[in-house]
Amino acid sequence: MTVAQMNNPSPNDGGFVGKFVRWFSTTLGQIFVSILVPAGLFLVLWQGYMFLQRANAPQIVQVVVAIIWGVGGVALLYLVTNWLVMKLPKRASKVLQPFVFVGPAVVIMGWFLALPVLRSLIASFKNYLGTEWVGLANYKFAFTDPRMLETFRNNLLWLVFGTAFSVGLGLLIATLADRSRAEVVYKSIIFTPMAISFVGAGVIWKFIYTYKGTGVGIQEIGLLNAIVTALGGTPQPWLNLPPWNNFFLIVIMIWLQTGYAMVILSSAIKGVPAELLEAARIDGATEIKAFFSVVVPYIKGTLLTVTTTIVIFSLKTFDIVRVMTGGNNGTNVIANEFYLQSFTYTDAGKASAIAIVLLLLVTPVIFNNVRQYTKSRRGF
Amino acid sequence: MAKKTLKSSKKSAAFWTNFILIVICVIWLVPILGILITSFRQSEDIFKSGWWQVFPHKENVEVDRIVLPESVNLDQPFEILGTTATFEEFRNGITLEDGRIISWYGNKRTRTAIVSENQWIGFDTNLTLKNYKDVIGGKTISYKDAQGQTITRSGNNLGGAFLNSLAVTIPGTIIPILIAAFAAFGFAWLEFPGRNLVFTIIVALLVVPLQIALVPILKDYVSMGLNGTFLGIWLAHSGFGLPLATYLLFNYISTIPRELLESAYIDGASNFTIFTKLILPLSVPALASFAIFQFLWLWNDYLVALVFLGEKNQTVTIAVARLVGEKGQDWHLMTSAAFVSMILPLIVFLGLQRYFVRGMMAGSVKG
Amino acid sequence: MSKKSVIWSTLAVMLIAAMVLGACQTTTTPTTEAPTTGETVAALPQGQELANAYAGQYKGKVVTMAGPFTDQDEVVFNDSIKGFEEKTGIDIQYTGSKEFEANINIRLDGGDRPDIVDYPQPGLLRYAVEKGYAIDMNTLINPEWIKTNYSDAWQTLGKMTGPNGEIVAGIWARANGKSFVFYPKKAFDEAGYKVPTTWQEMMDLTAQIAADGDTPWCIGIESGAATGWTMTDWIEDVMLRVAGGEGYDKWVKGELKFDSPEVNEALDYIEAIWFNDAYVYGGRAAIPTINFGDAPKPMFEDPPKCWFNRQGNFVTTFFPEEAVAGVDYSFFYLPGIKPEYGSPVLGAGDIYAVFNDRPEVRAVIQYFSTGESLKVWVEQGGAILTHNDASLDWYVDPVTRGVAETIRNATTFRFDGSDQMPAAVGAGTFWKYMTDYVSGSITREEALKAIDASWPSQ
Repeated sequence: MTVAQMNNPSPNDGGFVGKFVRWFSTTLGQIFVSILVPAGLFLVLWQGYMFLQRANAPQIVQVVVAIIWGVGGVALLYLVTNWLVMKLPKRASKVLQPFVFVGPAVVIMGWFLALPVLRSLIASFKNYLGTEWVGLANYKFAFTDPRMLETFRNNLLWLVFGTAFSVGLGLLIATLADRSRAEVVYKSIIFTPMAISFVGAGVIWKFIYTYKGTGVGIQEIGLLNAIVTALGGTPQPWLNLPPWNNFFLIVIMIWLQTGYAMVILSSAIKGVPAELLEAARIDGATEIKAFFSVVVPYIKGTLLTVTTTIVIFSLKTFDIVRVMTGGNNGTNVIANEFYLQSFTYTDAGKASAIAIVLLLLVTPVIFNNVRQYTKSRRGF
Repeated sequence: MAKKTLKSSKKSAAFWTNFILIVICVIWLVPILGILITSFRQSEDIFKSGWWQVFPHKENVEVDRIVLPESVNLDQPFEILGTTATFEEFRNGITLEDGRIISWYGNKRTRTAIVSENQWIGFDTNLTLKNYKDVIGGKTISYKDAQGQTITRSGNNLGGAFLNSLAVTIPGTIIPILIAAFAAFGFAWLEFPGRNLVFTIIVALLVVPLQIALVPILKDYVSMGLNGTFLGIWLAHSGFGLPLATYLLFNYISTIPRELLESAYIDGASNFTIFTKLILPLSVPALASFAIFQFLWLWNDYLVALVFLGEKNQTVTIAVARLVGEKGQDWHLMTSAAFVSMILPLIVFLGLQRYFVRGMMAGSVKG
Repeated sequence: MSKKSVIWSTLAVMLIAAMVLGACQTTTTPTTEAPTTGETVAALPQGQELANAYAGQYKGKVVTMAGPFTDQDEVVFNDSIKGFEEKTGIDIQYTGSKEFEANINIRLDGGDRPDIVDYPQPGLLRYAVEKGYAIDMNTLINPEWIKTNYSDAWQTLGKMTGPNGEIVAGIWARANGKSFVFYPKKAFDEAGYKVPTTWQEMMDLTAQIAADGDTPWCIGIESGAATGWTMTDWIEDVMLRVAGGEGYDKWVKGELKFDSPEVNEALDYIEAIWFNDAYVYGGRAAIPTINFGDAPKPMFEDPPKCWFNRQGNFVTTFFPEEAVAGVDYSFFYLPGIKPEYGSPVLGAGDIYAVFNDRPEVRAVIQYFSTGESLKVWVEQGGAILTHNDASLDWYVDPVTRGVAETIRNATTFRFDGSDQMPAAVGAGTFWKYMTDYVSGSITREEALKAIDASWPSQ
């Protein structure tokens, strides 16, 4: 017997009425389970929570209760929904259960991300106040304006160099650290920049790139310029030298993101069975050869994931640029231009068009990724 | 023979491994070291000299001052201590044979030259804890009123903000992970119509800049009364973090061998039991990785907290940003603030990283 | 553990948590309803509601307010309104935000509108007016009072066009002046220099200091995402002096292009100082990298490393705490250039707008239209008022008083231009391209043409 047959005893053919009831319970049931039941439970929990919020307890008690309520509520949601679904007839239950699992996520993402994207799509065809339709004018801006062209060029640089170095360095460190004894120490050090907020990182690197000018008695307080002067060169205003300033900013991203790549790749590397590596070594392969022929293919999936997410981060990069240069001197990136259009120039039309363009740029990457997955395996 | 070379090659491999790692780590840490030192310096010094001046170094120390009489014409080469040079040359500093340096003080009107020697200076002791005090305890704001009396008020301390940050980050991390784990399992192993399409859309949502969601969601929150509540911000962060979480967990769960799941089905387990008893424990490394990232992202988040939580329940990032002063005049406080807010995430990381243990998967197929 | 017991235990935990919370509950004092006594109170010149407020009719009401100032200013502001709050029982809750510009539009669009908002630039308010959110001041305050207590200049600046025509979009509160050059007075006098009264004298003094071996000017325009605004202030100041008030107005409206003889002339004057490495501390290349708040710091070193910093009067908050106004530092008025345009003054201010109309909100905004409302702030030395009923005696330190006097006596007063231009230019391309031009990455002509091209066509 196959597994599918085990979970699916042949349905008792109950005639027309039976078929109708089954169709009713499956289709409507799908909607019911994935939206209504969680929504109903959510409503109950929410109102209870609001009631608690109005209480005037000391803050620490409020905080602790908030934490318990939040986490407990979600766990409860799944338990109750699943329990309900299990109560239904076997066949309906089987069809509905995936929606128990997937429903809440889809609903939340739909509300918080998908709907705003649709609204943006509509807004991208309107003017800055949202009162008149302007056709493709905003898209013309997004694709042809020199400001946007500059951002495309810059984001490409971020994508290529930022991703390559972050993933490469992350992989290198993960591998090396895996073989060393003080692994925790090394990994913690590399990871530390991730714990720093973007504003904090901005301050840190400000002290590296600062330029105080040339003149008598002027001491450079930026580390890079101090090193350059110590070696006999002239100090430079690093962040003001297009197009090199982009690379200096990308360095910051690498500094921040390598820890992320390292953590994920590290757990993947640890999943490589030791026997495979041993077998390669016994066959006479050097460490490097063994690495590339055994480890890399094994963690290919994870490598792809990490690269994809860092590629997307580099397309979305905003905070670093905004904090360090504000996008001036040829460092502007797409997300920064979006922010400027949206909040500083208050032109909702152009901002929305830029957001949609960003989405379009990414879609091929994602699509390719997902195809790889669905090709390589099938669920049951 | 083969054993010996294997052992020595292992030793040299270990050496090189550690060497490379140490070099990289030093480069990684230097920027942070700079900030650490800067956070202990007085604010005037921060702008005047580099942070490495705190360490012992050689510097020109004044030993004497010479004032030139009015009669000396400074626009022509003139003489000090036996050396004749132009004003510009004295300005840049002239080194005498005995090692002393003559440099000009100010501009021509001061008519003063300084004689100095290059000496070793020890550690800079002009350090202060004031930056930390201001960040943790809140700045004392003092001003004079009309009668000339000084009025002082202390600003908000970070304690309340700290609790608020916890209230935001802990559920804001656990909730999306739970939801994403369920969803990832569903996408990876369960069949249902539209699975591929919906998953593609979810991953495409990774790129959506969260700023486009701010206004629509705020409108919804205002009408639902969720504005300014913790529940609102948990949902918002869940929404923004779910695509990445689902994607990462999906990738991880897909690698779990199907034999495991099949044997569980044969033993009569339902999907839910498989999920809770088998998938969740096995996914701990991935769950822990994502938990770290989500925690960090929430802890350091500024914009979302500002919009949905507002100024009533300030988190640490908002409280710290307010310290910097309206026009950024106290930006040196960011140096100490960066450290203060870094401690907890680091502890979280150190605590969770022990879950990345080798061999968690090994042996489970055989069992 | 069976599933049912998991559900029950989760519920139990949550129930216990709720009980704990309930036990700790302290009773909230319910807001007392304002007793509508029905007795009519005589109206004050500002309006009826203010009189009602003083009579206690709005006790217990809350008015929310949002603005950009935080920190020290916020503390002083709260102190300055305390008297009013005690007399009327109205609770004015001000929240300041560092990300004010970004945040306020989100809140307005999102429906979470504060009752009163303090805008640091009118351009930002214009957006709210165009969307129809702002309420006409003439319906909230006695229009005659507005006409008497504010000069024509301030009144004109407060009028904007919304969907229903022109309204008085807001009233002005604090002002600041920008046409000032700060210098280290003590060292300056000791060195025997004289304060210049004409532009030529200033340039001569500049050359003199340079010949003496120092770099006379400290200039820095870095300001994070807002880098370049200091330069736009310089340009506006000089434009007033070479093109006059009318030329300035045309330029701000977009009728006079950036790539025009007047603007080029203004830039010539600026280049004579900025692009001369001997005149600027750190040289021209340092200007875009030095933060505007750090720029005056070398003035206070011993000996001063630079001597002049042209900036708005708010820059005194960046000076070292020990520096005493009038003793260690002082200011002189940036001299005029062309005698036919006299001594114009460039300035800016905070404008208050109202978004929710309720009687207590009216009372509060009527109060803010009097100089009295911010008297404490002025006495502390941090504000200059736009109200005509504010007395010059309130100002405590000579620098602030001097600034207030200069603004009041200006023959021509104009508001900061970049605040009035459309945001895409005034907060965008004007800053950006001027910064690039100073850095040397584009030529002057390219920069001016690019700014013109970015002017939104209506």
